[in-house]
Amino acid sequence: MPDGAAPVLDVKGLKTVFQTRSGKIHAVNDVSFDLRPGELLGVVGESGSGKSVTMMSLIGLLPSPPADVCAGQVLFGGRDLLKTDADALRGIRGKRIGFVFQDPMTSLNPVFNVGFQICEPLRKHMGLSKAAARNRAVELLELVGIPDARRRLDDYPHQFSGGMRQRVMIAIALACDPEVLIADEPTTALDVTIQAQILELVKDLREKLGMAIIWITHDLGVIAGIADRVIVMYAGQVVEQAPVQELFSNPQHPYTRSLLKTIPSVSGDRAPRLQVIEGQPPIQMKAPDACPFLPRCAHGFDRCAAENPARLAVGQGHDVACFWDPATGGPRHV
Amino acid sequence: MLTFTIRRLFLSVPTLLFIGLVIFLLLELAPGDPMAQVPLTVPPEVKEKMRLALGLGEPGHIRFMKWLVQFFWIEPLNLFDHIFGTGFAEGKLRVISWQTRSPVMDIVMQRIPQTLWVVGLAYVVGVLIALPIGIYSAYRQYSVFDQAGTFVAMIGYSVPPFFSGVLLIVIFSVKLGWLPSIYDTTHVVNDWASFKVQLMQMIMPVMVLALQTTAQISRFMRASMLDNLNQDYVRTARAKGMTESVVVMVHVLRNSMIPVVTVIALGVPGIFGGAIITEQVFKVNGIGQLLITAIQANDLPMVQTLTFIFAILIVVFNLIADVLYGVLDPRIRYD
Repeated sequence: MPDGAAPVLDVKGLKTVFQTRSGKIHAVNDVSFDLRPGELLGVVGESGSGKSVTMMSLIGLLPSPPADVCAGQVLFGGRDLLKTDADALRGIRGKRIGFVFQDPMTSLNPVFNVGFQICEPLRKHMGLSKAAARNRAVELLELVGIPDARRRLDDYPHQFSGGMRQRVMIAIALACDPEVLIADEPTTALDVTIQAQILELVKDLREKLGMAIIWITHDLGVIAGIADRVIVMYAGQVVEQAPVQELFSNPQHPYTRSLLKTIPSVSGDRAPRLQVIEGQPPIQMKAPDACPFLPRCAHGFDRCAAENPARLAVGQGHDVACFWDPATGGPRHV
Repeated sequence: MLTFTIRRLFLSVPTLLFIGLVIFLLLELAPGDPMAQVPLTVPPEVKEKMRLALGLGEPGHIRFMKWLVQFFWIEPLNLFDHIFGTGFAEGKLRVISWQTRSPVMDIVMQRIPQTLWVVGLAYVVGVLIALPIGIYSAYRQYSVFDQAGTFVAMIGYSVPPFFSGVLLIVIFSVKLGWLPSIYDTTHVVNDWASFKVQLMQMIMPVMVLALQTTAQISRFMRASMLDNLNQDYVRTARAKGMTESVVVMVHVLRNSMIPVVTVIALGVPGIFGGAIITEQVFKVNGIGQLLITAIQANDLPMVQTLTFIFAILIVVFNLIADVLYGVLDPRIRYD
């Protein structure tokens, strides 16, 4: 749980631009957040909000000709990851920062058995011998709840179900005992019952291993279930950040408020129509100089069109990038 | 996998018998007289006797059966004798060529080394050059290397061997005089100097043929690599902190090689076809050239036997390609 200790990962002013044939796409615009030891940070946003691109920019997983991480600092382990050379970054990826991807059906190499794929980072980063790596791999598979682990090491990915494959991916990400685990929508491709199992597993692992986790999702229900703190992203920017209870009980940004309203309720009368947020998130062809949510916002005024709001503190650990105050219904006093 | 292989091997027997029958019938129905090459001064009765001596008097199905027995029983027996020095096939009649009146298999065995040396080597060289070109072209797609590789592949596909062969002869044998234009098959390699001579005479035919193989295999390898370089598991491998060379040469290559290996296996019977045109251009007396002269001379047993050998090779290598696919890709299990 967050305890005011120094953040294990500190991102300041991250900017990522994609060079495409139709121009530059500003996918990540001045994103800042920090991750404290042992906490689970939820990252929420709809498709196209820049959540995955932000996380992949942190550790250099974006292919460099189209993508350009052009500004910012990512402080991890006393160094700026954006200024670290490729070889050193490779030493950190997989060893100190683990990554779990979205689609378990295609994220594992189909021609190598699962044992080989788990042992690869073990042998590279920890220098384990083949036998030692195999033993550790069995431990890891047991840790993530795969029965008959030693026999399953020689099985191929296609012999596992989707949920099992995602557990294998988690095992691979945790193999070298990383300080940070970044999970990019790991349960989006799985059905809800399996999703619940994976969430329980991750909560359990966090208790046991104590690593910090960044969990990207577009499902607010998942966030309510496991996150300690949440950042809400829109159009490549952080629009709100708050501890999870605070976010659900006192959302400040119009986007967050609309998101919460769109969740269909299982209790009470069934609403005649589902609530939606009209419109699409923008693709930023230039660095935004106005609030990106303005076209879809019910509360915008002139200042929103002239200036991109900076993040303002509105409570303990709670900040929002908006000029509108829900309490008064008028502009915030800055 | 084993049951699959055995089942396929069993199935190949009726397939080959059918192919043999079709070859036999085609040649039976084709016009042409083996006696056409005999000088006109020979009287017709003698010609008739010669015809009977060659076994042409008997009805079709008898001849077909006799040929089958000769091919499948007597020839292997002969080979057994040859290797182990026994005498099982003494006195048994083998498949005789009408041109040379000597056993077909003896002539084939004489010619095979030339074909293997030139055409076989060209295939190996072509494949070995093609693979790295394909891999690098895919990794650095649209780079200068890739564009150059595409250009060379286009040339390899579109320029026929009789053109490139003759062009090379004109440049290197006639104008520059560096390489011999006629392949000397009696040349024996027993020391360094004679090996160099052998090398010199092999370079041009090998390069001409390798160009075609390189064009095909490198494009195929490039396409297969491109398919795999954007897959999610590549991103996982990078996220694990593996080096680029491991990601490309272990993770991606292992997946990309599967279809390429099968294409390579399917191209092997083509070697024995002997690259007919190239053998003519460079005057290598290999199997391709043997087939052409046998067809022109209406030497039925030779044509029949040779074609049947090619058919066996194609059936066998098809089976090998299928089995290889199952071996290399764990998702495919035929049983």
